[in-house]
Amino acid sequence: MKEIRIHGRGGQGSVTAAELLAVAAFEDGYYSQAFPVFGVERRGAPVMAFTRVDEKPIRVRYQVYTPDYVMVQDPTLIPAGIDVLAGLKPGGMVIVNTARKPEEVGLKAENVEILTINATRIALKHIGRPITNTTMLGAFAGATGLVSLDSVIKAIEERFTDKLREVNVAAIKEAYEAIRG
Amino acid sequence: MVKKVLEGSHAVAEAVKLCKPDVISAYPITPQTHIIERLSEFHADGELGNCQFIRVESEHSAMSVCLGASLVGARAYSASTSQGLALMYEVLFNVAGLRQPVVMTTANRALSAPINIWNDWQDAISARDSGWIQLYAENAQEAVDYTIQAFKIAESHDILLPAMVCIDGFVITHTYEVVDIPSQEDVDAFLPKKVPYLPLDPENPIGYGMIGTPEVYEETRYLIQETMEKAKKKIVEVGQEFEKKFGRPQGGLIDTYKLEDAEVAILSMGAILQTMREVVDNLREEGVPVGLIKVKSYRPFPKDEIRKAVEGLKAIAVIDRDISLGHEGALFTDVKSALYGSGERPLVKGYIAALGGRDFPETTVRKIVDDIIKVAKEGKVDKEVEWPDLRREIL
Amino acid sequence: MASKVDMDFEGLASGHRACAGCGAAIAVRLILKGTGKNTIIANATGCVEVFTTPYPECAWNVPYVHSLFENTAAVAAGIEAGLKALGKKEGINVVAIAGDGGTADIGLQSLSGMLERGHDVLYIMYDNEAYMNTGIQRSASTPYGATTTTSPAGKVSIGQETRKKFVAEIAAAHHIPYVATASVGYPRDLINKVNKAVNIKGPKFIQVHAPCVPGWNYPESKTVEIARLAVETGLWPIFEMENGVITSVRKIKEKKPVEEYLKAQRRFAHLFKDERGKKVIEEIQKLADENIKRYGLMD
Repeated sequence: MKEIRIHGRGGQGSVTAAELLAVAAFEDGYYSQAFPVFGVERRGAPVMAFTRVDEKPIRVRYQVYTPDYVMVQDPTLIPAGIDVLAGLKPGGMVIVNTARKPEEVGLKAENVEILTINATRIALKHIGRPITNTTMLGAFAGATGLVSLDSVIKAIEERFTDKLREVNVAAIKEAYEAIRG
Repeated sequence: MVKKVLEGSHAVAEAVKLCKPDVISAYPITPQTHIIERLSEFHADGELGNCQFIRVESEHSAMSVCLGASLVGARAYSASTSQGLALMYEVLFNVAGLRQPVVMTTANRALSAPINIWNDWQDAISARDSGWIQLYAENAQEAVDYTIQAFKIAESHDILLPAMVCIDGFVITHTYEVVDIPSQEDVDAFLPKKVPYLPLDPENPIGYGMIGTPEVYEETRYLIQETMEKAKKKIVEVGQEFEKKFGRPQGGLIDTYKLEDAEVAILSMGAILQTMREVVDNLREEGVPVGLIKVKSYRPFPKDEIRKAVEGLKAIAVIDRDISLGHEGALFTDVKSALYGSGERPLVKGYIAALGGRDFPETTVRKIVDDIIKVAKEGKVDKEVEWPDLRREIL
Repeated sequence: MASKVDMDFEGLASGHRACAGCGAAIAVRLILKGTGKNTIIANATGCVEVFTTPYPECAWNVPYVHSLFENTAAVAAGIEAGLKALGKKEGINVVAIAGDGGTADIGLQSLSGMLERGHDVLYIMYDNEAYMNTGIQRSASTPYGATTTTSPAGKVSIGQETRKKFVAEIAAAHHIPYVATASVGYPRDLINKVNKAVNIKGPKFIQVHAPCVPGWNYPESKTVEIARLAVETGLWPIFEMENGVITSVRKIKEKKPVEEYLKAQRRFAHLFKDERGKKVIEEIQKLADENIKRYGLMD
């Protein structure tokens, strides 16, 4: 089983990202599960959402404490004191949305791969708004290979219609390519 | 049947839609909202046929509308939780007393004060004596399956009691997971249109809700109790029929897991069972002889089934996400009373945990299993009730 | 399919357990002549429920349900919704009947909800101005100055200290097509209004003034007389309000002083004993005059 934790702020679509990731994994033939830290959502407040992916049905229902992957939608969470690396498994990976290089994001950890992607720029370019949740999924697919680009696109296509579908897919594709270098 | 990744609430809404209710009436309350929002969308898109969706001003009225609708022969559905269920409490008894087969979803949540929107079972447990059948689902799939079965059980003319499908708030309602949604055709075949039993009809005027004086009231309770006993069989039968039609085993009133050669067992209800099953597997690999008992039907309570299931066990741990303040966990009380009359019985210990949405990770389960193994080894229960995840440091 | 007045229809069988002279029993009997037999009744807990339904007896010759105290409007709404869903609503009148306690107090919320949602339901409040079933406790509909078991007149109390809550006006604030008041003192008017109401689609509300022999404490032969005195003094205005506009009022030909109404009932007897009572009677007269002005009860 692979466990993913997404950090963001209320309004950035972290919960939606977790759900879409679950849908994408299902499209790839896995069982999946997604849920947020349950509570009262307020815009701007730090939030977390989780996705679990496995080859067999998923039973556990507690929060993700030892993720394999972490996505950080908002780099300001790091200086704000959110421990985005908490519990990250050895050999795990964290993907941060930032214009900076991995060594500049303020994260120190051994045996953890830190990747960065300027998802805000990509989202602004395609979607016209700094909503980075779908873009981050493109990067996640590219960086981890846990889910395929096709499935992420499929999940997006199920969720959005018309123009919104088109621009989100474009953003995902660019992020996918960008992180693969 | 179509497998998809769905939020638990949306899966329930799909199931309700498949059951073709004539009247839905509800009042919004977290974490039930996603169910009625999705049903509202179906209604707005004309996908619920002639269903009347009555958005009431309170839960008390929600259940009252369901009652009125059911009395004229309509299939009626509601959903609520926590404070809403508490406000509905009076009507719950009334619906059962008038023998109306209303079905509702309870998205289990704690009760105020302090206000807490998160999950435990205090709401439904507190309504356990109302004459409603209560089925506790472990995951979204069971929430779907039990909902469809609930209508069939409740509406059977040899039952005619309301039924509540209890699903853990957030943990099931707000989690996306893979769910198999049955086809309309299959559900139609399994659950035909409601056949009303003595509806209110000007062509054949009858009266409901007469005064039950001391000469007759007790008999009404006896009859409901007698029907609850019948419902035990009905729940199993309907489950078997469902399994035949849809291919998913539904268990009986209880379900057991890896119990055959177990020395101790952990017993509980609802979504935490899922985590508990995982832990049982992990502990088995470590050589720990632990099994699991799931109570699916809390009312009627599966007394005989539990007696049978625990045969040969040394000790069982009963996990309650509720407390009868001034006594102990309600499930713990029920399990003990079920075993009291049986000859050889295991030691029983109660654990109160995961109240008000407290996470229930593997570590808590392991703590409980370690403790109950100690009980089994020592052959005695020192302390009847433990709070394994209590934060003593903030007391 | 219009419902017709059916004077021969006895929807309420004789032999029920109401007190002799019961205003509410008269009201129910008349109401059912106005609705005819194609009617389903939802009834609140209260006197009417108690005296008509001692199991296994039932005085109703129409389908009937008593559920609880405060949910009658919601149960009626459910009946209406259920009939609609099943395609059976056409030709069936759904009528809720509740007392003043079940309407002005504990049932006001569900009444408001039902009216606001636009259900095709006629809600009838029989107003006997206190909780009579439980032993004459005050309600929000108890009139100023009346003594009840929970607003007793005493050394420092005049009885009910507050003014009667007027639910008909509250109902009208829901922009419903039909609101009316009536009295058991004027049977034909009540029957006609009920019949008119059931033939209007949407939510309707009728408040019926219904004297109570033990509660108001008067001889049982005087129910109609007292009901009429309430109207003739201006204390009980009779009117119809359609879509928010008053369309008819029962005019007072010769205004009677409120004393005539008050002195006929023991619940006001303490007002005739001293100076303090005299002042209360003056206040009550002002209330009657205010009604006369507000509803145009006199030419």
